[in-house]
Amino acid sequence: MDTTPAKDERDAGRLTPADDRSTFTLHINGTAQTLTLDHRTTVLDALREHLGLTGAKKGCDHGQCGACTVLVDGRRANSCLLLAVAQQGSRITTVEGLAEGDRLHPLQEAFLERDALQCGYCTPGQICSAVGMIAESADGFPSHATPQEALADDGPVALGPDEIRERMSGNLCRCGAYPRIVEAIEDVAP
Amino acid sequence: MSHAPQPLGAPVVRREGREKVTGTARYAAEHNAPDRLYGWIVPATVTSGRVTAIRTADALAVPDVHTVLTHENAPSLGETDDPILAVLQNARIPHRGWPVALVVAETLEAARAGAEALHVDYETADHDVVLTADHPRLYTPEEANGGFPAVRERGDAEAALAAAPVTIDATYTMGGLHNHPMEPHASTARWTEGHLTVHDSSQGSTTVRDTLSKAFGLDGSQITVLSRHVGGGFGSKGTPRPQVVLAAMASRHTGRPVQVVVHRRHMAALVGHRAPTVQRVRLGADRNGVLRAVSHEVATHTSRVKEFVEQAAVPARVMYASPHSRTAHRVAALDVPSPSWMRAPGEASGMYALESAMDELACALGVDPVELRLRNEPSAEPDSGRPFSSRNLAACLTEGARRFGWHGRDPQPAAREEGPWLLGTGVASATYPVLLSPSAASAHAAQDGSYTVRVNATDIGTGARTVLAQIAAAALGTAQENVTIDIGSSDLPAGSVAGGSSGTASWGTAVHKAATALVRRLGEGGTVPPEGITVTADTEEEAAEESPYARHAFGAHFAEVAVDSLTGEVRVRRLLGVYAAGRILNSRTARSQFIGGMVMGLGMALTEGSTMDPAFGDFTESDLASYHVPSCADVLDIQAHWIDEDDPHLNPMGSKGIGEIGIVGTAAAIGNAVRHATGARLRELPLTPDKLLPYLP
Repeated sequence: MDTTPAKDERDAGRLTPADDRSTFTLHINGTAQTLTLDHRTTVLDALREHLGLTGAKKGCDHGQCGACTVLVDGRRANSCLLLAVAQQGSRITTVEGLAEGDRLHPLQEAFLERDALQCGYCTPGQICSAVGMIAESADGFPSHATPQEALADDGPVALGPDEIRERMSGNLCRCGAYPRIVEAIEDVAP
Repeated sequence: MSHAPQPLGAPVVRREGREKVTGTARYAAEHNAPDRLYGWIVPATVTSGRVTAIRTADALAVPDVHTVLTHENAPSLGETDDPILAVLQNARIPHRGWPVALVVAETLEAARAGAEALHVDYETADHDVVLTADHPRLYTPEEANGGFPAVRERGDAEAALAAAPVTIDATYTMGGLHNHPMEPHASTARWTEGHLTVHDSSQGSTTVRDTLSKAFGLDGSQITVLSRHVGGGFGSKGTPRPQVVLAAMASRHTGRPVQVVVHRRHMAALVGHRAPTVQRVRLGADRNGVLRAVSHEVATHTSRVKEFVEQAAVPARVMYASPHSRTAHRVAALDVPSPSWMRAPGEASGMYALESAMDELACALGVDPVELRLRNEPSAEPDSGRPFSSRNLAACLTEGARRFGWHGRDPQPAAREEGPWLLGTGVASATYPVLLSPSAASAHAAQDGSYTVRVNATDIGTGARTVLAQIAAAALGTAQENVTIDIGSSDLPAGSVAGGSSGTASWGTAVHKAATALVRRLGEGGTVPPEGITVTADTEEEAAEESPYARHAFGAHFAEVAVDSLTGEVRVRRLLGVYAAGRILNSRTARSQFIGGMVMGLGMALTEGSTMDPAFGDFTESDLASYHVPSCADVLDIQAHWIDEDDPHLNPMGSKGIGEIGIVGTAAAIGNAVRHATGARLRELPLTPDKLLPYLP
């Protein structure tokens, strides 16, 4: 990994070992962002606390709720479980990177139209997860709900309600919008 | 301005939806100030006792740690209405998880590392945390939550039970439940030139302002509390929680903005929970199923910090006719975290017990459970004798039965198999009171024909902005698109809490009043001046009025379950709710709320339960991997419908609350369906596989 020693920007006189942070570049929503961050900083905290991208939410900071879901090189990931310093060179897409200008991503449109949200706190994670999930299915990734006979086939997995429910179960919604979320994804899934 | 007025009830898309799907809606911990600090709450690791020493040197030596606040250096607070807010004021530890320090640092990472480096010494005392039905410390309080008398008696329930030809005597237990809104409780506080500004994740920022005003000795005009977007609350953000006090303290102490977020794992101990209950329900009936006596006795816990009594016996005062009744609460103050409101406090737990007992009675009598409920419809509210402003429980039950395909149901338990699955159906009633709190609003007409309505409502996911715009537009005779709604700031006209299913009724009454006053002003003639015309209104008078009517929403829940005879897993194949809740003001967002309540009820029935660890004295299931809120795969076919209800005795909109009733009967309907599927009557929630397996073939 290409890391350079961190420039100590902190108060003189404090204990500041220079090897506790690095300067590195993340590619976020198509823009290269060079950051000097504590090695303990997660991708989620880098986005929220250092880049002002608060679309990815912190629900548990434990990889248990999915509110922080982003796409890393096209695959969904819990950004609270990724150390930012380890993502040098990764292409990260957050909910802020899904729309094209004023034109919403079809999943964003579908969530609005179906009222697939209430408080909205899990929504960015749900939408990013759905984007990643549709791609995974298209790439032939099976799930627990995939019928036995379809497992031998490398082709795309058809996304019916059971598949969607299973594949979206890493994203908790306490408002209970699940039925509408599944409908919204069905509207968009091939 | 070309849109025509729409009738109330139209499925208007929620106004803030676009911000939410694009990730631009900002919540309480998302108001990034470049010079902000982060506070990390350090929870007590003992259950009872006191702090004898806090050694801060190691924590302060962590790079980027700025300050450690403890009871020794934290600002002294004035009066706190709620004793859970009196944090860092003394050395006492009333329960495990009570905050003993706040580590404040330049970065989140440093704040967390500082918290881990803090040394706290304790002197411990014996603790007592487990509620039992015969706990020696149980006492009868004056009141249960909501101001209801702890005990109500009508006739002679004991004698009537002894004389009744058919009786049910059953005890239902449930552990604690956690609200767990997806957004953890969070506050960002900043003092500038004597003014305190706080972004708080709250269900009502007017109350937060008033509380901070007393605690910090400030005039209300020196404080602004903003809750523009709130990531759910379900009661747990109904009043201020400790993090807002800690953030304000730390900001005053450091002179910089401070952000404090309660970690998910600390929420169970810090932000309230639905208290565990042990509920004994006794029903006495004649052979036709007509009730002669209802007795509902509740034992629950509260903390050493304050008395909060889950009012689980209160719905039995509303539901069914019976000449003899006793409803009573007892509570024990244990060394546990403080309980608080969780969606439908009282009704959710109480109706689980009462509606399970009604099902037991139906089974004992061989009467259809829908029919049994219809036979016990009261002509007036049983407890008060007041007439109902409207009561359409019977219509909900019959319409639900029709939609669900209930008729022709074979009452025989454990009689339907589908491979390894045992199938069954169940029904339960639901109720929730109509509440109204005082609120104020202003309505402004601009020269260009547009309007602005201001009210400190809070949108915790209900769609408050949208429905208030609809209410205002209907009163103003304009399209809702012509109305701007400003909510979510304590600088606005005072609004009541988004709780008790009362938000829309309370804010809406104020909005309607201001808007109709504005229409009158505009009708007096003359032109609108360049600065526009503003009128204000408040509803102190309306809210103080005692209604001669008993006002409640009602509903009926129907469930179809499949129980895996090999694993004990329960799947809810279908869940139907039919509601009578006055006029529904936005069919799109209302349906989402009803269904959301039912999903939470499904969790209460099957997956959610929190156990008190007797040795360590805290909830064992303290995160989302151990406390199982329903996931997408748990939720199959859920439908919500409502019947038209025209009730002139409510408010100008004719609406009842809808935010809570969805959870109320759901757990009982599912439990009753599990009994129908398996023949096993379990009386302890949640119905997890380990509990069911011993009863399966």
